[in-house]
Amino acid sequence: MTEEDSSAKMSEDVEQYLKLNPPCSSSSSSSAVAFANKSGTFKSSSPPCPEHVLENVLENVLQFLTSRCDRNAVSLVCKSWYRVEAQTRFEVFIGNCYSLSPARLTHRFKGLRSIVLKGKPRFADFNLMPPNWGAQFAPWVAATAKAYPWLEKVHLKRMFVTDDDLALLAESFPGFKELTLVCCEGFGTSGIAVIANKCRQLKVLDLVESEVTDDEVDWISCFPEGKSHLESLSFDCVESPINFNALEGLVVRSPFLKKLRTNRFVSLEELHRLMVRAPQLTSLGTGSFSPDNAPQGEQLPDYAAAFLACKSIVCLSGFREFRPEYLLAISPVCANLTSLNFSYANISPHMLMPIIRNCHNIRVFWALDSIRDEGLQAVAATCKELRELRIFPFDPREDSEGPVSGVGLQAISEGCRKLESILYFCQRMTNEAVTAMSENCPQLTVFRLCIMGRHRPDHVTGKPMDDGFGAIVKNCKKLTRLAVSGLLTDEAFSYIGEYGKLIRTLSVAFAGNSDKALRYVLEGCPKLQKLEIRDSPFGDAGLRSGMHRYCNMRFVWLSSCVLSLGGCRDVAQALPNVVVEVFGSDGDDDDDTVTGDYVETLYLYRSLDGPRKDAPKFVTIL
Amino acid sequence: MNLKETELCLGLPGGAETVECPSKSGVGNKRGFSETVDLKLNLQSNKQGPVDLKVNGAPKEKTFLKDPSKPPAKAQVVGWPPVRNYRKNVMANQKSGEAEEAMSSGGGTVAFVKVSMDGAPYLRKVDLKMYNSYKDLSDALAKMFSSFTMGSYGAQGMIDFMNESKVMDLLNSSEYVPSYEDKDGDWMLVSDVPWPMFVESCKRLRIMKGSEAIGLGTFSFLFVSLSGSFFFPIMFLLLFHPIGFQLQERWRSSRTDHEQQKKNKDNMH
Repeated sequence: MTEEDSSAKMSEDVEQYLKLNPPCSSSSSSSAVAFANKSGTFKSSSPPCPEHVLENVLENVLQFLTSRCDRNAVSLVCKSWYRVEAQTRFEVFIGNCYSLSPARLTHRFKGLRSIVLKGKPRFADFNLMPPNWGAQFAPWVAATAKAYPWLEKVHLKRMFVTDDDLALLAESFPGFKELTLVCCEGFGTSGIAVIANKCRQLKVLDLVESEVTDDEVDWISCFPEGKSHLESLSFDCVESPINFNALEGLVVRSPFLKKLRTNRFVSLEELHRLMVRAPQLTSLGTGSFSPDNAPQGEQLPDYAAAFLACKSIVCLSGFREFRPEYLLAISPVCANLTSLNFSYANISPHMLMPIIRNCHNIRVFWALDSIRDEGLQAVAATCKELRELRIFPFDPREDSEGPVSGVGLQAISEGCRKLESILYFCQRMTNEAVTAMSENCPQLTVFRLCIMGRHRPDHVTGKPMDDGFGAIVKNCKKLTRLAVSGLLTDEAFSYIGEYGKLIRTLSVAFAGNSDKALRYVLEGCPKLQKLEIRDSPFGDAGLRSGMHRYCNMRFVWLSSCVLSLGGCRDVAQALPNVVVEVFGSDGDDDDDTVTGDYVETLYLYRSLDGPRKDAPKFVTIL
Repeated sequence: MNLKETELCLGLPGGAETVECPSKSGVGNKRGFSETVDLKLNLQSNKQGPVDLKVNGAPKEKTFLKDPSKPPAKAQVVGWPPVRNYRKNVMANQKSGEAEEAMSSGGGTVAFVKVSMDGAPYLRKVDLKMYNSYKDLSDALAKMFSSFTMGSYGAQGMIDFMNESKVMDLLNSSEYVPSYEDKDGDWMLVSDVPWPMFVESCKRLRIMKGSEAIGLGTFSFLFVSLSGSFFFPIMFLLLFHPIGFQLQERWRSSRTDHEQQKKNKDNMH
């Protein structure tokens, strides 16, 4: 067989392989075929063996594949494709840090430049998980430090990161560019200082809703002198004063800085100075948005002028301690704003109106319920491009006054037809309003409604909220994330199981009547990946009904339900690739075994490497 | 034992509370498990039986067992509504900021001090005004740092003194004692000055190894334990023991060294 013949045969083989690919990579497969057909015309100095040619072809093609979904599919085709895919994957996403060991990661992928790691499950944010449960970054940084010296980007969510980890990171990766820590803890300003000082190529340092200990280190001064590469600096969650002069100096020497989110220790005057220095900013976190001290009679800084000068600002947040009289200073940028976060500002409808009526281009709007239904109506009237809305409670208690209701929700649904994502906290709601939203906003992919009073029915009809949520799953055909609340019977879950075919994340609290509800969901939702349930009457039978699914899910969380140790053990024994953790909520058990049969919290997840070795005493792995 | 009073908060002063708690003014239940601890006591007694929650009663207010058409009791539940602690802290801080401005005098309601423990990876903060006695504080500290002492000291946690001979061992041991920095910047062992006076003068807490605590100015030791409630005034041991004075001198000079080293370390960054 000549080289031409073998290449031609290889093209046929490739074509055959490619036919097995799922449709999502059809565009790449056609180009691969085209490429393969041409491969016969390539000349090289020595006759390449068939496998190498194929791998070269693949390498060239796969570099265009960025979607991890596609890459995962590609890697399943055959060993050769698996190998090539592993060589060409530069970004990896690990949705649960315990689903595999760091060693497995470094063994498979040799050329990673970017890692996204998520640790604790979301319910840990609400005190449902004792501290020191795990999700330490340490073993990951240790492994990647050796394996990927060219690592550029680390993005962590809900991980425990220490100052030592940050120091190791700074030392090990000379080309390190991006660090993002979301909802992390365990480190302080001294760790941040090391990053600032040692990562000379740093472009992104984003600390988002993380707990950062105040080690009384002036970390802003630790950025080296000379031009910096910084493009994004977010430290709004750092609860300690910063050296403003150093910050100003840093901003001056960061010509590429686009995103700056300051903390509440930056006053309005200081913000003004920063804006004057960095008119190229596109995203600004405004810090306290209140002046240091009373005006001294000199000319006040012209805040509106500063905003006018920052023509590129499209995203505003902060307003941590805002003074209403200064709020209008942001008016010059309102027309350009695509994202506005007022969710830490106690803004009344009266304060909101003059601002929001100019925000025609807003796509993302976060606010407190202090804006009331009237404020929501104003948003609905103007913000026709709205895609994402989040309304948080100013007073997050069950029995607080509820300034927003179904009225606001319905108004939004009528005004903002392109809405894709909503998170809405309220005290009372009606099925009618929820149904209206389901009909008016067919693009919804995320619907999270939190009726703060537990088991609250429709406040007008007194009926359960089943019909409203049923309408959502039925009419919003693109829905991938759903959080339910209020009085719900098993019927609501039967709707979810019947219609929620694309749902990946489901959050349930204080809902349902029996195991049937859980069964409906586990049997009905084929795409379900993340299931978090608390305080609902689901027991062993419900848990068992999902056995066929758990290997294909990222995790299941069940707390304060009606599970027994025996039932959880059954799952653990039947599914060796699933780790079943059981623990109490307080973590003070001196025994390292669960006493009695009652299971307070069940957290199960698939894992390639078996149970973790770092589980604290209060966790029992079945 | 009213465990709710010992609940620790990492949040900032004052303000609205998400947990029903009669004497509390603190906020931000980053790791506040008072509700769950309280409920744990219920749970313990229920754990032995077979799983039948209808019989055992309801940990954490299992309202699904009750008639759903009746609204449940108004007691707050852990982690509900599901608002992140970070957000709750920020809002509470704002509300207290407003409250503090309304109040003309400052510092009336809270006395936050940092607490560090040798060997622990991060600092914590406690509001001394939340406690009414050394015992409350010691219980809280023990609970807060129990996870760090567990490894070496087992269930005993911090010091548990039953007899005097162990006191001398303390000075040489690696057990932990709490010390505090007073208004004058001196480090003292947490002692038996009247509690309100202690709250006024304490600026910072440090839980240090017993061997380093030698010579700290004090009239007596305070010993804490996880299980017990001991309070040992041992004034004669330190005050009158001839070695005590020499050790004080040695300690003071070593402290300034330590501070200097720390400053140097900070300056290097």
